[in-house]
Amino acid sequence: MSNILANMKQLFINPVLDKEYRLRMRSAKSMWTLLSYLFAIGLFATATFFVVGIGSNGAGIYTNDFNDILFIVMSFAQLGLIAFMAPGLTAGVISGEREKQTLNLLLTTQQSSSSIIISKLISSLSFMFLIVFSTLPIYGIVFLYGGVSPSQLLAVFGFFLFNMLIFGGFGILFSTLFKRTMLAVIVTYGVVLFMFAGTAVIFLICFTALQDYINSGIPTPASVEWIIHILAFNPACALLSIFQPEMFKEIVNVTSTTYKGFFDYVPMWLEYMLIYTVILALCLWQAIRKLRPVRGRSKSGL
Amino acid sequence: MNVEHEQAQLMIEIKGLSKSFGNFQALKGIDLSIKKGTVFGFVGPNGAGKSTTMSILATLMIPSSGYAKVDGIDVTEHPHLVRKKIGYMPDFFGVYDQLKTDEYLHFYGASYGLTKPERDVLIPQLLELVNLSDKREAYVDSLSRGMKQRLCLARSLVHDPELLILDEPASGLDPRARIEMREILKELKSMGKTIIISSHILPELAEMVDEIGVIEHGEMIAVGNISNIQQQLMAKRLITIKLANGQDQLKAFLGDHSLVQGMFVDGASVQVQFSGNDDEQATLLRTIIEAGYPVVSFQEAQTDLEDIFLAITRGGASEQ
Repeated sequence: MSNILANMKQLFINPVLDKEYRLRMRSAKSMWTLLSYLFAIGLFATATFFVVGIGSNGAGIYTNDFNDILFIVMSFAQLGLIAFMAPGLTAGVISGEREKQTLNLLLTTQQSSSSIIISKLISSLSFMFLIVFSTLPIYGIVFLYGGVSPSQLLAVFGFFLFNMLIFGGFGILFSTLFKRTMLAVIVTYGVVLFMFAGTAVIFLICFTALQDYINSGIPTPASVEWIIHILAFNPACALLSIFQPEMFKEIVNVTSTTYKGFFDYVPMWLEYMLIYTVILALCLWQAIRKLRPVRGRSKSGL
Repeated sequence: MNVEHEQAQLMIEIKGLSKSFGNFQALKGIDLSIKKGTVFGFVGPNGAGKSTTMSILATLMIPSSGYAKVDGIDVTEHPHLVRKKIGYMPDFFGVYDQLKTDEYLHFYGASYGLTKPERDVLIPQLLELVNLSDKREAYVDSLSRGMKQRLCLARSLVHDPELLILDEPASGLDPRARIEMREILKELKSMGKTIIISSHILPELAEMVDEIGVIEHGEMIAVGNISNIQQQLMAKRLITIKLANGQDQLKAFLGDHSLVQGMFVDGASVQVQFSGNDDEQATLLRTIIEAGYPVVSFQEAQTDLEDIFLAITRGGASEQ
């Protein structure tokens, strides 16, 4: 038992993580990133506050609906900013060391590849978490008017954390595979863009092709429900499913009092998390495998 | 039994080591054995294959064929065991600029599994060894190139490795920094470490190495101690015979000697290009004295290390 604890300690509280924290927090760039992020999200919250407030009623009366909209809009903005920030923070962690010619020195130490990769991911995630956590006071605006429960807020922040992990996982994989940071950053942005826009476009193409068929009322709900699974690859749709669980079923008219489909048992955000947990595991496994060209025969060589 | 004993004495054993990068063959089946406690100089022009060999030994590269063993452990089969035994200093390396010198060594010490109390004792000693004690609190960024090289050397020693792999440790240093680096390496040699050190400048190594290996175009051209290689490769010796008189007569006398390849008179001396070995050289001297020539001195010219290097490397590799 104590051996397992010692291994866990070695994996998570290790020199690489310690070094990453020191380097990151000593860099002026980190402070500017934090400031810019808070400024952007603050500006967005203020703008939304006024635009939605004026648009929803002219009398300046803020209702719960207004707060719901404000919360949803801010959450999407936050997700967008995370998608924008995560590749930048993670896609250079290995290739950057390679470019600075420090990677070979690190690889000849006794640190395992898994410890290096996971420490670097945790370090980047910690910084992203710090940034997102520091936006909580801005989220406090919505609590002024009620309508959003703390559990909903926690669920959304948990979802952000998961997405940071996913985007970070892609970033660290490409950072290991590609020698140049610039290429790793571009490919990571490409994958994140595909998660948001690519999956939506694929859904729209399939939906357009099937629209007449669905509208004819001939198909059974079970035969067209699969199309919604495409959206389960999309982070924005998964976030929306936290706020509006029934919305996607309505799109393809599979809401029925008698029919119980997949999404009645497994919410879309959960399917999203399951899919991407598997993908994340694959990304990290590949990154760990590819970090060192010489892997050896025994496990400890990883 | 003897073979086993010999193998136990070997720190490095390389057999048929090849490495290709696409169509380019960086190593063409080299063989090399280095005994424990030896300081081995790895010499060759840029692009000859020194760094590739060292990278394979440092577990950073997989060979295309052949094998390399460090203290009997195959570098590709058990790299994690090999890493415990080696301290590696690459030819080009970076440092974490925002770490202090002390933190830098603590990081690598911890990465090799040393505990904090162990590091607290060891790191001041290492800084003392590389003359950086006064820079303990300085940021690595503020150190000069020579200091960074010495810091990197201290880093490679942090886990007390048996083998040091130093790839061009003195490159880009000014003369003073080179001397400082050389003194540290002498100190390490006296500590009994096996050191493999590369350079494209042979005289830089000559003072401290026990053996040299000359590599060119991915092939090991010569291995052994410097004087052996000198004998092996410099077939013609240049002998300076100083006479009180009769230089021209001696030239005529030696004209028919089968081992004399050429001669010229240089003032009071006759310069003789001689292709014999030590015994034949002694016989030559006896013959000249017995013939009655007034020999003032008979001296084999010390061949410059640069001459050996130029003689054994056929040139052109540096253009790669």
